[in-house]
Amino acid sequence: MTARLREFRRAADERAADLVHRERIARVMSKSNAASETMKVRQFGDWERARRLAGQIKRHVLANLPDLLEEFERHATARGVEVLWAADAGEARALLLGLARRFQIEIAVKSKSMTTEEIELNAALEAAGIEVLESDLGELIVQLAGTRPYHIVGPAIHLTRAEIAELFHRKLGTAPGAGAEELTLAARDLLRRKFAAAGLGITGANFLLADAGAITVVENEGNARLTMAMPRVHVAIAGIEKVLPRLADLALFLPLLASSGTGQQLTCYNTLARGPRTAGEPDGPEHMAVILLDNGRTTLYARPAVRQALRCIRCGACLNVCPVYRSIGGYTYGTVYSGPIGAVITPHLEEQGRWEHLSQASSLCGACSAACPVDIDLHRLLLENRRRATAERKEGWFWAAALRAWAWVFSRRGRLDRLRGVGRLVRAAAPGRARVPRLAPRSFAQMWSDREQS
Amino acid sequence: MAPSTVSVLIPCLVDQVYPEMGWAMVAVLRRLGYGVDYRRGQTCCGQPAFNAGHWGEARRVAGHCLEVFRGAERVVCPSGSCTAMLREFYAELFAGDAREAEAAALAGRVEEFSEFLLREGAAGRLGARLPGRLGFHNSCHSRRELGQRDESRRVLEQLEDCEVVEPAGEPDCCGFGGLFSVKFAGIAGAMAQSRLARFHELGVARLAVNDPGCILHLRQEAERAGLGLEIRHVAEWVAEALGVGAAPGAGAER
Repeated sequence: MTARLREFRRAADERAADLVHRERIARVMSKSNAASETMKVRQFGDWERARRLAGQIKRHVLANLPDLLEEFERHATARGVEVLWAADAGEARALLLGLARRFQIEIAVKSKSMTTEEIELNAALEAAGIEVLESDLGELIVQLAGTRPYHIVGPAIHLTRAEIAELFHRKLGTAPGAGAEELTLAARDLLRRKFAAAGLGITGANFLLADAGAITVVENEGNARLTMAMPRVHVAIAGIEKVLPRLADLALFLPLLASSGTGQQLTCYNTLARGPRTAGEPDGPEHMAVILLDNGRTTLYARPAVRQALRCIRCGACLNVCPVYRSIGGYTYGTVYSGPIGAVITPHLEEQGRWEHLSQASSLCGACSAACPVDIDLHRLLLENRRRATAERKEGWFWAAALRAWAWVFSRRGRLDRLRGVGRLVRAAAPGRARVPRLAPRSFAQMWSDREQS
Repeated sequence: MAPSTVSVLIPCLVDQVYPEMGWAMVAVLRRLGYGVDYRRGQTCCGQPAFNAGHWGEARRVAGHCLEVFRGAERVVCPSGSCTAMLREFYAELFAGDAREAEAAALAGRVEEFSEFLLREGAAGRLGARLPGRLGFHNSCHSRRELGQRDESRRVLEQLEDCEVVEPAGEPDCCGFGGLFSVKFAGIAGAMAQSRLARFHELGVARLAVNDPGCILHLRQEAERAGLGLEIRHVAEWVAEALGVGAAPGAGAER
């Protein structure tokens, strides 16, 4: 058992037993799931067909990934965008710090982006003496709290208003016990000043559009749009799997993402950016760069059995419907991406990380696969990760030995009949017997034989 | 179509821990006029190892299952999970194996108990009564692997005066998941408690479940939580309504 598994089990048990936490998360999730269910039907009628179509488009994307990325690069470059390629987190950070130096940046604002979490960008910027402020309210809250996003769509869903009021009181000097409006205004006030002062705006990208050479960012607060438009320099960091062939694909993917992620028809702000300010334009950044991030994605890509995980559009639906996520919460995973999708991709993205145990921590109920808007068979990929971990002997000797013994016994009825008496004795003596079911005095098979003879 | 003989696949959990569930299914089938073929050599479908990622071991036990049911015309099983193992997962487990065709043939012949009763039109012939409210928990494998919407519920609704109730919304997993509930007992327990709480809100005292795995897990957690909830297999509730079943020696049959 790895130290990581031990720590996961400890944290999971603690969280799972925390009824206040469970109640809180269940309330948030059931509300968002209900909204999502309603919206899927209202918006698509046949949701199954919509998600199969989206899955097909993403399948096409993966089949043509290198070509589509080059097409994106060609079109974006033609409009004056600097397109950069990062093989890993270190390269991505270096590229971004290079840009910051080139444009003599002192203050940066950043909109919500899981990719920047993945490369731990904030710490790198701060170490280089650049002040960085999160502009998404939820992200700002976790930044002030000194923690990580709890959920890939709702970074601070685990906190109550009272907890946020206490945090803002300490960090921003708001009145103790301030209401939601007062807290939002305090954040807005802080952010507006930073938007005006920042030389660099950093965003992620929900989609990269190959034919238009454009990036798309969706949000509900308007902060990402300001992040992209106000500072002198805009840098977007996106995983290479985020590319879509056509601008027209957004007609499906924007409502798909909104209804799955937040139960909305569309997110409030859907912004396309396709280059820096051009002659005659009154606003927009002077320079725009897109960093295309690999960071383990080509490892996933090279494994046909799990490649489909790269279809993910990071909507968070699989977290919301996952009874494991709802029991243990986002932090217990210990990964950037939590929930079913995190358990599926992290062992491949971080190969030396020993994250295989996350794939074991599932009942394989399949709720994630049923909810996925791009038709990823998530629970089957968890199973594939288990198969792979076994094949690579990453699981430890105990289960390997136990299942070998089990297979020996259960491949002959005679062995099973002879050994069940031993099984009953072992159970009676086992320390953890409450968890082990008590065997019936006689098996069904033995009872059947008794009756046949009577 | 006149009732004929069906083979029964008795899940290892039923064989070893809950034989009464197997007898209940057998009694219901016999009451409906079916001959029951029980193949004494059967042990397990292989799913515990399959789900743990140990496919070599899974193939060994599943291969035995293929041998046992060779030549069986129709196989009925009181578990959506074991049914899914044969019907949905054997294809993957035996892909490229010499037994691939045989596995596919068996996959096409196995049905979960409620599916079988509905397809045969036998549920409508039950003619039995089970008064009162009965909660129903649909297993994930029935729901999502076999694509059942409400088969077991429809069978239960054939019982006169039986009011079948389910919590609103997409049904959540009970937390069993085979070895998952052993390896991660804390998480699995919390999942069961969340699920049981939904039935508690409905105020049901009796619960029908279509999978012995869920029953094992839900009973353990209901007991731990001190909930006085009677959790039994769908086949047991049907058998009770028919006044048949229970294990031999308990009297009802023979």
